Amino acid sequence: MYAACRGLSSPNETLILHLPRPRSKSPLSREIGAGATSRMAASVDTVLQFSSSTELSARVQPLVIFNICDCYVRRPDQAERVIGTLLGSILPDGTVDIRNSYAIPHNEFSDQVALDIEYHHNMLLSHQKVNPKEVIVGWYSTGFGVSGGSALIHEFYSREVTNPVHLTVDTGFNNGHASIKAYVSTNLSLGDRPLATQFQEIHVDLRMVEAERVGLDILKKQTVDKLPNDLDGMEATMQRLLSLVDSVYEYVDNVVEGRIPADNNIGRFIADSVASIPKLSDLDKLVNDSIQDHLLMLYLSSITRTQLSLAEKLNTAAQIL
Amino acid sequence: MANPAARSFLQVASAEEAAPPLRVVQIEGLAVLKIIKHCKEFSPALVTGQLLGLDVGSVLEVTNCFPFPIREEDEEIEAEGANYQLDMLRCLREVNVDNNTVGWYQSTFLGSYQTVELIETFMNYQENIRRCVCIIYDPSSSNQGVLALKALKLSDSFMDLYKNNNFTGEKLRAKNMSWVDIFEEIPIKVSNSALISAFMAELEGDSPVTQCDYDRLQLSSGPFVERNMDFLIKCMDDLFVEQQKFQYHYRNLSRQQAQQQAWLQKRRTENMARKAAGEEPLPEEDLSNPIFKPIPEPSRLESFLVTNQIANYCNQINGVSGQSFSRLYLMKALHED
Repeated sequence: MYAACRGLSSPNETLILHLPRPRSKSPLSREIGAGATSRMAASVDTVLQFSSSTELSARVQPLVIFNICDCYVRRPDQAERVIGTLLGSILPDGTVDIRNSYAIPHNEFSDQVALDIEYHHNMLLSHQKVNPKEVIVGWYSTGFGVSGGSALIHEFYSREVTNPVHLTVDTGFNNGHASIKAYVSTNLSLGDRPLATQFQEIHVDLRMVEAERVGLDILKKQTVDKLPNDLDGMEATMQRLLSLVDSVYEYVDNVVEGRIPADNNIGRFIADSVASIPKLSDLDKLVNDSIQDHLLMLYLSSITRTQLSLAEKLNTAAQIL
Repeated sequence: MANPAARSFLQVASAEEAAPPLRVVQIEGLAVLKIIKHCKEFSPALVTGQLLGLDVGSVLEVTNCFPFPIREEDEEIEAEGANYQLDMLRCLREVNVDNNTVGWYQSTFLGSYQTVELIETFMNYQENIRRCVCIIYDPSSSNQGVLALKALKLSDSFMDLYKNNNFTGEKLRAKNMSWVDIFEEIPIKVSNSALISAFMAELEGDSPVTQCDYDRLQLSSGPFVERNMDFLIKCMDDLFVEQQKFQYHYRNLSRQQAQQQAWLQKRRTENMARKAAGEEPLPEEDLSNPIFKPIPEPSRLESFLVTNQIANYCNQINGVSGQSFSRLYLMKALHED
């Protein structure tokens, strides 16, 4: 089931992907441009993380987060974290758009990591049958930060695609809040000897537009008893709008009475929005026309329904012969 | 001593468990997002996919789903489709996803989903799975700000009728079934795991206004309503054609009856003449005569389906009109300040 693959320095050909960890353990301290902050993990392996200084950024769709959390909740009992592949596309301006993901069963031992490559390829083929435009753009793992084993997996993925993105989703809420980080890697080598893999964090853009469309209330609570229909949603929207107008009103009041210092930008925004109401002289007529149109449509649809029930009676319910 | 009130194990095992009727479909947020993403990506083409989950008591839980690739009409690809399904199920099993098919989902365009193919797919699924449900998602309605997700099931009485393939007026009247009874809509509940709700609460705080609201407050509902009316008119034409068929049938039937009466009269006078002449009277019925052949009644299935569609369009128009009224009055109020 596991495909054969030769690791970095494994002596013989085995059936599991053996990725022995690199031997160098001395802490590396280098200065890389502006904004270099190094952090050392307190474990045996040294992990250096630099804040980003490149323009590469990743865009993550909410479905990916949902997928990862779901896989984490369903992981087998002995696994501490979940590893999987990220699918998506690379936009023309270099941003990586992550749209889908799937988990891969894996085993992690003290100095080895085994990935089920055949499963990975099978799932990739299946997903591409549905959506051929989605290609591998990287991989994800749950847990905070980048560990030593991750470097090996990252190297495996860099054989599949150039410059893979590594996404970490912190399901343990280590810092007291959710953190989703993405990294790209560069290899540090001294002459011929590969020394370490440096992970550079890149900016993650969580596009929640789709989730918002579905309705954040539906996705946030643990159970939602009823999907809102048109009028309920309209009511909720109008209430929100009303509360917005109220808060703006309050703000303006406070500024006028001197309780809060005035902020010119906000003032300009408010002036712009108020001015964007078009001054139509015959707005009344337009509104009345629209209302009449809609009333006509309601009337037509009621007539249609009456027609339907009549036809029903004539065709089925009545006994003519 | 066994408690007389408790049933013995044998009794429980042999008693057939009557399945409680399906009351609620519980979907996970993950499945909802997947369905929406798939349908939206391929709209306006219609796509389908499989639902996976668990069947627990009167609740059908949908925990995951996967999409089907778009199939061209080709015989060899049929086998590929089945292989794809098996592959996906096997792979998902390895990551502990529920491996149990509970139905399928499909996207629709403006609510025109009641077709014979839907019923046939239902019957196919019903043979293998005891309880299955079809989820319909309408991406064009969702642009208006409403989450147009519906769970449908064929009603049991309809399924019996369909199996016998008998849609004559007699049978339908006997069961007191009308076009409303074909599909049953089941309420949907959405549930999320605790982890994901923690994440969502964290990542997206309570923002005062969401994209959904922007969509809903858009004044232009013109194109949507236009298309609805367009479909409505076409369906009315279809309904008219069906009614014409019925009228034709009735006319034929009454003509045949008149012919039968005339023939009977002739036979009777002949018999009287024969009796007067002392011969054997001829039988009053002659089944070989073509005018006695019963004319088959046209099936009412099509007309029922068309009626269902029309009702759907009417409902949609009503909903949109209601929303537009609120928007227009809001606009008016804003302008008056």
